[in-house]
Amino acid sequence: MTSTQAPAPGRAPIRRPGDRIFSGVSLGAGLLILAILAGVAIFLTVQGIPGITASPDEVKSGKSFLPYVWPLVYGTLIAATVAMLIAVPVAIGVALFISHYAPRRLGQTLGYLIDLLAAVPSVVYGLWGIGFLAPHLVPFYAWLDEHLGFLPFFGPASATGRTILTASIVLAVMILPIMTAICREIFLQTPRLHEEAALALGATRWEMARLAIFPYARSGIVSAAMLGLGRALGETLAVAMVLSVGVGTVTANLIGSDNPSTIAANIALGFAEATGKSVNALIASGLVLFVITFLVNFAARSIVDRRKEFSGAN
Amino acid sequence: MAKSIDVSDLNIFYGDFLAVEDVTIPIAAKSVTAFIGPSGCGKSTFLRSLNRMHEVIRGARVEGKVLIDGQDLYGADMDPVNVRRMIGMVFQRPNPFPTMSIYDNVLAGQKLNSKRMKKTEADDIVERSLRSAGLWAEVKERLDRPGSGLSGGQQQRLCIARAISVEPEILLMDEPCSALDPISTSVIEDLIHELKTQYTIVIVTHNMQQAARVSDETAFFNLSGVGKPGRLIEHGRTEAIFSNPTDPATEAYIQGRFG
Amino acid sequence: MTTTLTPPPVDVSRELYGARLPTWGPRAVITAAVAAAAAAYAVGVNLLQAALLAWVICMVLPLWSAAVEGRRKATDRLVTTLVSSAFVLAMFPLFSILWTVISKGTKVLSAEFFTNSMRNVVGEGGGIYHALVGTLLITGAAAVISIPIGIFAAIYLVEYAEGNRLSRWIRFLVDVMTGIPSIVAGLFAYALFVLFFGEGVRMGIGGSVALSVLMIPILVRSTEEMLKLVPNELREASYALGVPKWRTVSKIVLPTSLAGIVTGVTLSIARVIGETAPLLIIVGTTDSVNFNLFDGRMASLPVFAFASQRNPGIPPEFSIDRAWGAALVLLIIVMLLNLIARLVSYFFSPKGER
Repeated sequence: MTSTQAPAPGRAPIRRPGDRIFSGVSLGAGLLILAILAGVAIFLTVQGIPGITASPDEVKSGKSFLPYVWPLVYGTLIAATVAMLIAVPVAIGVALFISHYAPRRLGQTLGYLIDLLAAVPSVVYGLWGIGFLAPHLVPFYAWLDEHLGFLPFFGPASATGRTILTASIVLAVMILPIMTAICREIFLQTPRLHEEAALALGATRWEMARLAIFPYARSGIVSAAMLGLGRALGETLAVAMVLSVGVGTVTANLIGSDNPSTIAANIALGFAEATGKSVNALIASGLVLFVITFLVNFAARSIVDRRKEFSGAN
Repeated sequence: MAKSIDVSDLNIFYGDFLAVEDVTIPIAAKSVTAFIGPSGCGKSTFLRSLNRMHEVIRGARVEGKVLIDGQDLYGADMDPVNVRRMIGMVFQRPNPFPTMSIYDNVLAGQKLNSKRMKKTEADDIVERSLRSAGLWAEVKERLDRPGSGLSGGQQQRLCIARAISVEPEILLMDEPCSALDPISTSVIEDLIHELKTQYTIVIVTHNMQQAARVSDETAFFNLSGVGKPGRLIEHGRTEAIFSNPTDPATEAYIQGRFG
Repeated sequence: MTTTLTPPPVDVSRELYGARLPTWGPRAVITAAVAAAAAAYAVGVNLLQAALLAWVICMVLPLWSAAVEGRRKATDRLVTTLVSSAFVLAMFPLFSILWTVISKGTKVLSAEFFTNSMRNVVGEGGGIYHALVGTLLITGAAAVISIPIGIFAAIYLVEYAEGNRLSRWIRFLVDVMTGIPSIVAGLFAYALFVLFFGEGVRMGIGGSVALSVLMIPILVRSTEEMLKLVPNELREASYALGVPKWRTVSKIVLPTSLAGIVTGVTLSIARVIGETAPLLIIVGTTDSVNFNLFDGRMASLPVFAFASQRNPGIPPEFSIDRAWGAALVLLIIVMLLNLIARLVSYFFSPKGER
């Protein structure tokens, strides 16, 4: 009686050179991707550390790293947060419209239109923000200042419209497509039976959405929002072009003329002229951005993955 | 050309799970042997172990011996790829390659292995294989059309032509008619009769009338319960199995009492 | 005989045929809203305010419903109105962007604009030839780097890994990688190249490396999806013919999914061709044509558009016009790539499959 550990093609003892090379190259490509990701972290760290440890008189900003990067982190977070406040409800609304409200045959076409927004390059968003949106928002900001000026967010209004709020609106538009796409997909996966059960109980369409769709899609919406957040935190050009920034500003005013910059925009605008340790400081701020976005994306994808496991057959 | 198969004490595992237990069966050259039995009894798994196709699934392994004309199929120096060139297979659902024409589909075995040959030689092989598969008259005018444009029965015969164009010793068929209509099925059954003169054919079928119609020998597989391995209950001349089975389970199955 | 046993028939009919808005109700309100907005716009109210007016008028619908149909129906109508207006709101920037870019960009388009560089140009004239060359070279090199890595990695995930732990990690990290900010990719390329070429390195190929970091994860995921769509039966048919695995993958699986893979490749190119930030970091820009990816600064369309807007010189309007022109050209390229991708997947997918 012979016992054989049977080799499947491509595994264990492969005799053919073709198979060995092909599977080797494939595995190599997979490992290379891990190496690239590790490389991003390693190279940014190696080049960033001198920037973190640099003394204030070695860098152009004249500050040590933490006081230098803090206003940028603040600006990044505030711009992204406001963008999320605008984009999340709109994205859920749009996704719901496409998946459950629009006529079925139209849905795909409408989805394609939203996807077109994702195709627009960020420099075009920047130009649109500065050339169209900002001037058109100036009267609106003046109105906000006049009527809601008692709130800290709506302090003295900018005359150019190049404010954090404008940047956030542009960011909101930019992250809308990815969030809509994911929400739409998840809404469409809602089990028909749940929907029909709700309708059979006499629910209106909105009650059906609340009873059947949202509970099913909750984790999906959260991860869509986090993916959008990751995009908003890292977006560079649109913010760099739209925002008129002060130096190290930290303010709650969303519509002022002196705005905090974001990490990404600060790098884009400062990199060309930077020399010596200032370059390292910029790279170090990039590392901070990388870590923040990595954590956000990591969390988002973990939720998506866990959801996949639970939904089983789906 | 055709070869005999000798299986002794074969156990087939998926990982730690014993799927088929202790099969011993001789299969004569140039005969048709049908495997029948209820779903999940391991007859397809056993069929796939005859050309080592089951190894495509991760963790699959066998213990025991399969001899093809005395040569051990699972010997240390046997390459599963070469084994499959020697033993052709036809699947449950017709699966012509969608990117290839009818002509290229027939020659797929040669072309995919980059075998060089003259145009006339290739034409000969295509014509001979399609004629053997009884498809030549229907497709000779459109050999350059995609194979996926044919009807289900034609596609299945194209797959048979593809399998025999590499001149295998043995032809394995895994429920070749289960996705076809009755007319296509009878065409393929006639074809099996003709192919028997050149090839050793092993066919898995759910259809007992089909087994009775096409096969010389019949083997009945069964399993004693869910999660238990499939076993070969009995085998013998088809007439004998159908008219006078020795095992009560065989009789019950043949009379349609379960399965 | 007691009358109390007979339920009042009115109640039943109210339950089933409760008061409803007439079917023309929603349509009438929307028409009225659009008409009012158009009228307001015609008499000189600005576009945003006119749109706001239309929206406010639409809110009549839930109020009307609340009066006639009751609270539940009214809530439903309110949500329908909100959800629909979310979609209209999302469409607004799309059309606004297209309109702004086309109307501002077309006036500089001319043969000269496509064939001249900015070398020795002050004020009017000049073109984007150097930027077009740079964009094509840098993106082309990025594609050359990314396509083999992306496709082979996808082949590993689908054909070889069989769901082992390594492949689960690769798949997960590829997903995470799609979220890397583009500027971080640029910094990575700089940090890598600075090791070999010293401080202040600017090089076209560096831009290609940065774009590859962004492109590879997109490619892996799209190719992986396409490979998964290839029916297992085709692989089995090939194995059963005695074809080794690598030939099965290269001659059956890849050709069968070719249309989908090409679509994915085209979409990934469309995604990175408009990237500005990484090129700004590692490639910089220049006024002259540079055909050498390994030698110094190169112009590219997005950076050209950015720089023309940012540092317009005096007088600024010519440079800003060029920025819009470059943006329009870039937008057209991206939209064309998207269109090509759709057409490829529409026309070249294998058909007649069950």
